[in-house]
Amino acid sequence: MEPYQLLEIRDLLVRRDKQTVLEIDHLIVERGEVLAVVGPNGSGKSTLFLTLAKLINPERGTIKFDGIPFNTIADTSFRRRIALILQEPLLFNTTVYNNIAIGMKFRGQPKELIEAWVSQWLERMGIKHLADKPAQKLSGGESQRVSLARAFVLHPELLLLDEPFSALDAPTRLSLLGELKNVLKETGTTAIFITHDLSEASRLATRMAIILSGKLSQTGAPQEILKNPVSAEVAAFLGNDLIS
Amino acid sequence: MSEVFQISQLSLVISGLATGISLLLGLPVGTLLALSRFPGRPFLLSLVNTGMGLPPVVVGLAVAISLWRSGPLGDLQLIYTPTAIVIAQVIIALPVVTGLTTAALQALDPRLRLQLYGLGASRMQMIFSLWREARLPLLAAMMAGFGSVISEVGASMMVGGNIRFRTRVLTTAIVLETNKGNFNTAIALGILLLIITFLVNLALTRIQQRGR
Repeated sequence: MEPYQLLEIRDLLVRRDKQTVLEIDHLIVERGEVLAVVGPNGSGKSTLFLTLAKLINPERGTIKFDGIPFNTIADTSFRRRIALILQEPLLFNTTVYNNIAIGMKFRGQPKELIEAWVSQWLERMGIKHLADKPAQKLSGGESQRVSLARAFVLHPELLLLDEPFSALDAPTRLSLLGELKNVLKETGTTAIFITHDLSEASRLATRMAIILSGKLSQTGAPQEILKNPVSAEVAAFLGNDLIS
Repeated sequence: MSEVFQISQLSLVISGLATGISLLLGLPVGTLLALSRFPGRPFLLSLVNTGMGLPPVVVGLAVAISLWRSGPLGDLQLIYTPTAIVIAQVIIALPVVTGLTTAALQALDPRLRLQLYGLGASRMQMIFSLWREARLPLLAAMMAGFGSVISEVGASMMVGGNIRFRTRVLTTAIVLETNKGNFNTAIALGILLLIITFLVNLALTRIQQRGR
């Protein structure tokens, strides 16, 4: 494994309810890159997300994270090196501050460090004025900002995002997408962004991976894939998506 | 007056202890039933749900038979002691606490567990966080457990024997005074029981609603 590779997947097969839902022969995620995994609903994107978060186990195949095989890293120690952002922000019934601090508390980090980093990310995400507000009283956009801060405050080596903005209205989605792009660039965080929205993917990603019917169909730069789809299925997906 | 105080104190201690023990046992069992899938789980859940409506007098009978001198646990010499009442009350409150804990945790969004794991929580941290999230219904479970035992009379009477200064609690004292025709005393004790129950629930409700 090359030093610039953060994640390498080989011969991955994931079955759920006795059915094969995901097969990936080979996929590499390089450090600092933003990889968008794009495909229609039910194509296996979320299964890939759960597999990479070590929340479901593959039937076979190897995944290496930072050169270490997945199955040799303890689940919790692995998850403390990454961060997840889900479609719904799923904030806890406490203040915004406590929501952002929770992951650092799980890691047993010192109080002073928690205070410093949480303040920094409250400021960075423009939600400092909401720090003491109950998280349940926030708008959708504000909640997802808290969710982003809660993930970035952990300084993750890998950020996994599963359609984080799909439940938001268009202006909020665009604004958050821009914000996320800036933060990813500033921090140099490696990210895997799962989405069915091609325009979101091409706006954010440095590279795209198209998944159709549980199989990795094509990877490459967004413009390259849009220009040269490798198969009729990929072309149909891109075409359909563009038309819609 | 000092006897009334002693009876009230004993009632509170016995039912408080029974509720505490039920919580210690019911919270983990209810959590296991809510979060895990294993063979026999539906059967266990049905058992717990049935137990939530267990008649105290039947519990009293079963515990009395076990603790009688000739019973299987007779050697422990617990019959007609406060400990016997605590045992019977734990059997009454445990299914209530367990069943309501399971319901409280199952009512949470199942994706919360994924989110907690995704934030780096260990299994114990995940469970503690879910308890925190469900603190309102969990405190309601505690109140329901306490309510079910402070108010019961059948089991306390059968396994405690209503012995003056030893096992007489407020409910058994009310029955005794009613049988003796001392209605004024019975009513006064009834009001006292209601006040004590109200004060305990007031304290728990304050904790429950704090930070809402």
